[in-house]
Amino acid sequence: MPKDFGIGANSKRREDVRFLTGDGRYTDDINLHGQAHVAFVRSEVAHGRLKGVDSSAAEKMPGILRVFTAADLSGVGGLPCGWQVTDRHGNPMLEPKHPVLAEDKVRYVGEAIAAVVAETEAQARDAADTVIPDIEALPAVVDMKGAVAEGAPLVHDDIGSNLCYDWGFVEDNKAAVDEAFATADHVTSLDLVNNRMIPNAMEPRVAVGDYSRATGDSTLYTTSQNPHVIRLLMGAFVLGIPEHKLRVVAPDVGGGFGSKIFHYAEEAFCTFAAKALNRPVKWTCTRSESFVTDAHGRDHVTRIELALDKEGHFKAIRTDTYANMGAYLSTFAPSVPTWLHGTLMAGNYKTPLIYVNVKAVFTNTVPVDAYRGAGRPEATYQLERVIDKAAREMGMDPVALRRKNFITEFPYATPVAVQYDTGDYIATMDKLEEIADLAGFEARRAESAKKGLLRGLGVNCYIEACGIAPSNLVGQLGARAGLYESATVRVNATGGVVVMTGAHSHGQGHETSFAQVIADMIGIPEDQVDVVHGDTANTPMGMGTYGSRSIAVGGSAMVRAAGKVIDKARKIAAHLMEASPEDIELKDGKFTVAGTDKSVAWGDVTLAAYVPHNYPLEDIEPGLEETSFYDPANFTYPAGAYACEVEVDPETGKVTLCSFAAADDFGNIINPMIVDGQVHGGIAQGVGQALLEGAAYDASGQLLNASYMDYAMPRADDLPSYVVDHSCQTPCTHNPLGVKGCGEAGAIGSPPAVVNAVVDALQRGGHTDVTHIDMPLTPSRVWAAMQG
Amino acid sequence: MYAFDFERPTSLSAALKALGREDAQALAGGQTLIPTLKARLAQPSSLVSLSALAELKGVRKDDAGRVCIGATTPHAVVAREAAGDYPALAALAGQIGDPAVRNRGTIGGSLANNDPSACYPAAALASNAMIVTNDREIAADDFFEGMFATALEEGEIITEVRFPVPQAASYLKFEQPASRFALVGAYVAKFADGVRVAITGASEEGVFRWEAAEQALSKDFSAEAVKALAAPAADGMIGDLHGSSEYRAHLVRVMTARAVAAAR
Repeated sequence: MPKDFGIGANSKRREDVRFLTGDGRYTDDINLHGQAHVAFVRSEVAHGRLKGVDSSAAEKMPGILRVFTAADLSGVGGLPCGWQVTDRHGNPMLEPKHPVLAEDKVRYVGEAIAAVVAETEAQARDAADTVIPDIEALPAVVDMKGAVAEGAPLVHDDIGSNLCYDWGFVEDNKAAVDEAFATADHVTSLDLVNNRMIPNAMEPRVAVGDYSRATGDSTLYTTSQNPHVIRLLMGAFVLGIPEHKLRVVAPDVGGGFGSKIFHYAEEAFCTFAAKALNRPVKWTCTRSESFVTDAHGRDHVTRIELALDKEGHFKAIRTDTYANMGAYLSTFAPSVPTWLHGTLMAGNYKTPLIYVNVKAVFTNTVPVDAYRGAGRPEATYQLERVIDKAAREMGMDPVALRRKNFITEFPYATPVAVQYDTGDYIATMDKLEEIADLAGFEARRAESAKKGLLRGLGVNCYIEACGIAPSNLVGQLGARAGLYESATVRVNATGGVVVMTGAHSHGQGHETSFAQVIADMIGIPEDQVDVVHGDTANTPMGMGTYGSRSIAVGGSAMVRAAGKVIDKARKIAAHLMEASPEDIELKDGKFTVAGTDKSVAWGDVTLAAYVPHNYPLEDIEPGLEETSFYDPANFTYPAGAYACEVEVDPETGKVTLCSFAAADDFGNIINPMIVDGQVHGGIAQGVGQALLEGAAYDASGQLLNASYMDYAMPRADDLPSYVVDHSCQTPCTHNPLGVKGCGEAGAIGSPPAVVNAVVDALQRGGHTDVTHIDMPLTPSRVWAAMQG
Repeated sequence: MYAFDFERPTSLSAALKALGREDAQALAGGQTLIPTLKARLAQPSSLVSLSALAELKGVRKDDAGRVCIGATTPHAVVAREAAGDYPALAALAGQIGDPAVRNRGTIGGSLANNDPSACYPAAALASNAMIVTNDREIAADDFFEGMFATALEEGEIITEVRFPVPQAASYLKFEQPASRFALVGAYVAKFADGVRVAITGASEEGVFRWEAAEQALSKDFSAEAVKALAAPAADGMIGDLHGSSEYRAHLVRVMTARAVAAAR
């Protein structure tokens, strides 16, 4: 039975009241007195030399305040990259300048060339249409392998190569891996593409810059997953504003999926222009702009090889990946195909030898960075696809082959640097077999066959690493930031609690789940707890929300801070009851002297803290407020097993998703309903990648599907009702809540399940030559595969 | 969106006069035009809304038994009011877009725009409909002149579309995954004097009649008769990221056979 409040309760998401009734306050809802509007002039060619910008017509148009080009941004730095990868040879990655407005060249369709600021948004847009950039078009670099071929045009002339880095992991394993392949009983290899995703958050990006001439303070309101990170990056590296003169506010944010982690040119421009014009400056991204300016995700081209012995034991894995960086390095782009990808290549399996090679490549396309899962979906997809192929080649059952190779003892040190603290992959697979009724598949397949449809079953496992940490380790790996999280727990005089967290909620439900934890710790109703986030002025320095880190890292900081508060309150209670603090117990909002009926209510203790008349002032300070910064000892490792059944129409190639089952191990769970929702959304996103989505560039660097007329997002009727179970729980061993994180699992685990199922359907339907189809598995691609 | 003037005349003559001005543009349901304006891909001087012209609205049956639909009748009304007399046409109207589109979009707007992936042109062509304008009647066979091109003159307004009712008919579309317009849609209409088959979504020339299928079906109105045919030539079919021209040609045969099987 779920509890009715606190940890484990299905508390309703309190934030939904305002979201569902139109009372949310998003960045675009913020309108400041005297605000001007900016429209950006964007490149329509993918690659060209920018020889000048003619804004003479625009400057004469009504309402125009000023037209800015790169020449007007003197003293403004480039957008910084937050992670420096070191290549196989010990050299740092190539790191070209990423200007706020294009300088000597344009490098992707959508890159900002000029900014037109006017009294109204319509005036700014009308004038922007009249600005004429003088561009000498150059051949575009689009295909990654072509980009690193001899004689390819250079995206950045000054760095001399389109190869950002050539990364080998673990380089010292390479010879042993090659040897294992040379002597293996069986080798399965698979070439595949992890398709480029366009994030499509429901709320497009918005920025409002403000400046006070009286105080010299700048404020940026922005659609961000991590306002403190934006303050640090923009303040220190781009605009030269110290933190105490810069406030960044990320209010209600309508979805991020990674795309709102990064520091974007428009944010820096609005902050800069507000000071230059001494007026607030607002930018609201159109949906069309968001297609070509939000950082895209994935876009890997990979060959993976798996070496096995006769019995099917995995002996070695070798991968060779090209990872698209796009035209510039977005904030965390270099980390995604390396430390968030190579380290997960062991999956859930005992494979003694692994070597991962990644070549990161610049192309004339939108920058690519973290997108829900970030590196881990790419690792999971290749591994779980090649295992399925190996099972087929060796005549083994794909589930049995996985079971044979499961890691069963923890902690487990993988050959790719990370150490899994806990898990139970047999339990999640057992649970999956039950909830997906795998035993009943054959009967369902026969039913589908009667309708003339090919039914297939796809099963796979996944593991992810959440709460990337600890800071001293990630620093060695190239991170230019710490990866702790912070919380301040402030108790008011009458007993209510405010949690100020450095994490940021943009759909995750922190205002509810964080309050549940505090309510549980103290034993007070959840409505006595408020959660504040998203404003650098009233939250401690924190790193924000991504990588499924909020409850594991931010929640741990909050528990630590609350623990300090409770320890202090216990001393106050001991004083009030003339007992020893060691004998005081806190339960159900009441402090009791152990073994007696003496007690004092939470509210009486908190009142004493702020009205310290009867108070041990010689021993402790008044007040009840504590802050904690929590730096995790390790990642957390959620894992699970997913199953999907599809029907393929052999005449049209159309794939219908019949069922989807997910058995996840997220460790301890704060709010099962919110976890269900996170998994549901993640699966929808993964199914979108598998069946529908995928940015398509032509050879000249034009994005062919830059609107919803051609870019297919998953809709409710594309999806079945899921069966989601998270009753298998191996609590995390190194954080105080025993939690692991659940935000990305669905998006990581689902694409291989879908593709495995479609290939299975075709194989069972007699198309035995079809061993792989690249995502998205659109009807036309599946049909083409069936034609041979 | 660029600035424009807006007029909403209450008589056909006033509407025609307004449309006579330079760069004036008729606005029916706006389901194509408004997104085009929002994307700044068109810059008309004025929009002339046809929504206040009562004579352009409604579904009726004429003396010849034809189902006659006023040009500005929204799809949702056709889906509801034509269901008894011409169920295949009503079913088509009920599957265009989503409820918002169906309550704004109009048959006249769809036919005048002649999007190569729109549904209504297939219904008009397969049903041998008569397209009535402010000054003439145009047979469907003469109306569609290729992708986004029709026989309409500058400033000419569709007022009504008259559909002869077949003995049996059906429209089935295979949806493009993103827009959910027809990647290929097949409309089959069986009349006493023969079968007409119109295909939308597939051809670079817009909606067309698949004559080989018409001949075969006129002799034997069965899905098997279609399956026995070769798919139409891929040459001239649309090829894009949603499907090659070969795939579309293949779907023409598949969807036609399925439409025949479903015809009532």
